[in-house]
Amino acid sequence: MAEFLAYLIAGLATGAIYALAAIGFTLVWQTSQTINFAQGEFVMLPAILILAAVKLFGLPVWLAVIAGIAAFIALFGWGFKLVIVDPMIRHGVLPLAIATMALSIIMKEGAKDGFTAEAQRFPSLVPQETVSLLGISISLQHVAIIIVACLAIGALQWFVTQTKTGRQMQASAQNPNVALILGIPVAQMVMLTFLINAALAALASILISPIYLAKFSNGEVIGLFAFIAAIVGGFNQVRGALAGGLLVGVIDSLAAAYISTSYRLAVPLVLLVAIILVKPEGLFGRKEERGV
Amino acid sequence: MNRAILTAAFAALAFAGTAQAQEKVKLINVVELSGAGATAGTNWKNGIDLAVAEINARGGIMGRQIEIIHYDTQTNPGNTRAAVQRAIDEGTYAVLGPVFSGPIGASMQIAQRAEIAQIVGGEAAGLTRQGNQFLFRTSLSQAAAMPKIAAYLKDTVKANSVTVVWVNNDFGKGGRDAILPELQKAGIRVAADISTEQGQADFAADAIKIKNANADAVFVYLNEEESARLLRAAKQQGVDKPLIGETTLLGAKVIELAGDAANGVRGHVGLSIDAPIPAFQEFGKRFQERYNYVSDHNGLKGYMAVAMIKWGTEKQKKFDKKGLADTLRGATITPADEPGIMITTKIEQNGDLDRESFLAEVVGGKQVIKGTLPMINP
Repeated sequence: MAEFLAYLIAGLATGAIYALAAIGFTLVWQTSQTINFAQGEFVMLPAILILAAVKLFGLPVWLAVIAGIAAFIALFGWGFKLVIVDPMIRHGVLPLAIATMALSIIMKEGAKDGFTAEAQRFPSLVPQETVSLLGISISLQHVAIIIVACLAIGALQWFVTQTKTGRQMQASAQNPNVALILGIPVAQMVMLTFLINAALAALASILISPIYLAKFSNGEVIGLFAFIAAIVGGFNQVRGALAGGLLVGVIDSLAAAYISTSYRLAVPLVLLVAIILVKPEGLFGRKEERGV
Repeated sequence: MNRAILTAAFAALAFAGTAQAQEKVKLINVVELSGAGATAGTNWKNGIDLAVAEINARGGIMGRQIEIIHYDTQTNPGNTRAAVQRAIDEGTYAVLGPVFSGPIGASMQIAQRAEIAQIVGGEAAGLTRQGNQFLFRTSLSQAAAMPKIAAYLKDTVKANSVTVVWVNNDFGKGGRDAILPELQKAGIRVAADISTEQGQADFAADAIKIKNANADAVFVYLNEEESARLLRAAKQQGVDKPLIGETTLLGAKVIELAGDAANGVRGHVGLSIDAPIPAFQEFGKRFQERYNYVSDHNGLKGYMAVAMIKWGTEKQKKFDKKGLADTLRGATITPADEPGIMITTKIEQNGDLDRESFLAEVVGGKQVIKGTLPMINP
């Protein structure tokens, strides 16, 4: 039992990161009805920018974290919407989805060529120690990831459902034309959504990079698992992304432990196929209909 | 008249170009500069660049300057094959690299067919068991290293049971296949046999498995970045048993990436800039001065690879591609003959190496050499 609990906690920690990234998929989906295929790279890049600020500009770590996150949100929140989403969405969702694929490659190769192809150590906010509870050793880093990610997602959920701005965001996502008639500044709400997505990705990057090490290729795995998590949980619901992320993280951990490391990627994919067959809108998603 | 002058000028230019080309010897390095092998490949490349710069500064090989070109394989066997073929087509004198055993295995037949020496950084035992007369290592083979590890586990660590953690690629599988019989011979029980994946990012589940196996020691045989991630995960899960490795686990890059989690790691190292060999230590200083970081064993291997080519060429007294391989096979190179080799190195007929190696431990974030092991067949 103790062993199972240890795998469960490790899986929840990884799943919390997938959830943060998966929320990005749902936010972009709700505002643009498209999939951001660069979402994994959105989680990879903030850590690289922070390390670049330390190594190339000699900034202290705390200042580099602030500068890196600010630069990332400006470039990939504000800039992403203005430079990629706005011009491409006029031509339909497919060109936009393809544009995000191109962005993914550019971000990855840019990080590799502009910084380094090698993995880099990333400072951890929490010591690499363990605490003993109920006979199992629990990593403080894992506990911190679960708590911070859940707090962030909880705060987002509260903001979206309990504040006026949050409700305006929801209204803009659900029906932008009606929202506009009601006097909601839809363009600002959409921009706010992209800024929140960038901030959550930066948070995920800071939490996971001490464990995975900062590397240009980190986005591949995170992006894939977050995508699966978003579909499993429900692409149009924040709480679905949370549930999907945690579920995929736990399944990944248990698969590595009890099946095989070689097949750990296959198991969440099997789950994905099962969900698509049985409940295509996802565990917590709502059914959507589109006119063609 | 003008036409005659123009023709003469072109002829002179063509002659000058040919003369200049003849003054240089082209070496092409096919290596992992991105992908899972980037750490190993970058060290290997930098070691080569340092050797080339130093040799060229001293007048080159038999008066000819070395022209070095690097091709990135992205740690992809297919790309490696293409790059080796391209290197041969472009007239390389010898092929340098790659470092990872899988891409070596996928590309070595190309250099063999062209009868060109390929000097590689791989350790998988199977590479030199295929009768390839043109493949040469720069590191000890797993077949040479694993008996030393098993003896170390039995005699020094006093382990009766061991958990074996390995990476599921040619390097890792070769290491696992070489260590298991040695452990059996030494009477050491394998408590758990844990396979991991190349490029794996999350090692939490593996660290929990290691902890629950509760063996007397853990033998870790992964590539650089994965080694560092595993060490960090092991620390996070409170693994308190001795972590033992072979060269890679105690490498400078692993220590840098793993931080505190690397302290206490022990094992066998084939090459180290901290070894009690003055030439190694001097190399380490020059490397750090040039690249501003500490070289791992791959930096030394890259440097030695160029030294092997220089020695072989000067020994045969000509730039004959096939002759270079013939000269290297079965040779013993001493630092007195070629200072770049740094330590007496015997090249077996199959391309394996024999030389002294070392026992080491990571203390306070630094690799500390605890002893020297002799050559197997001096």
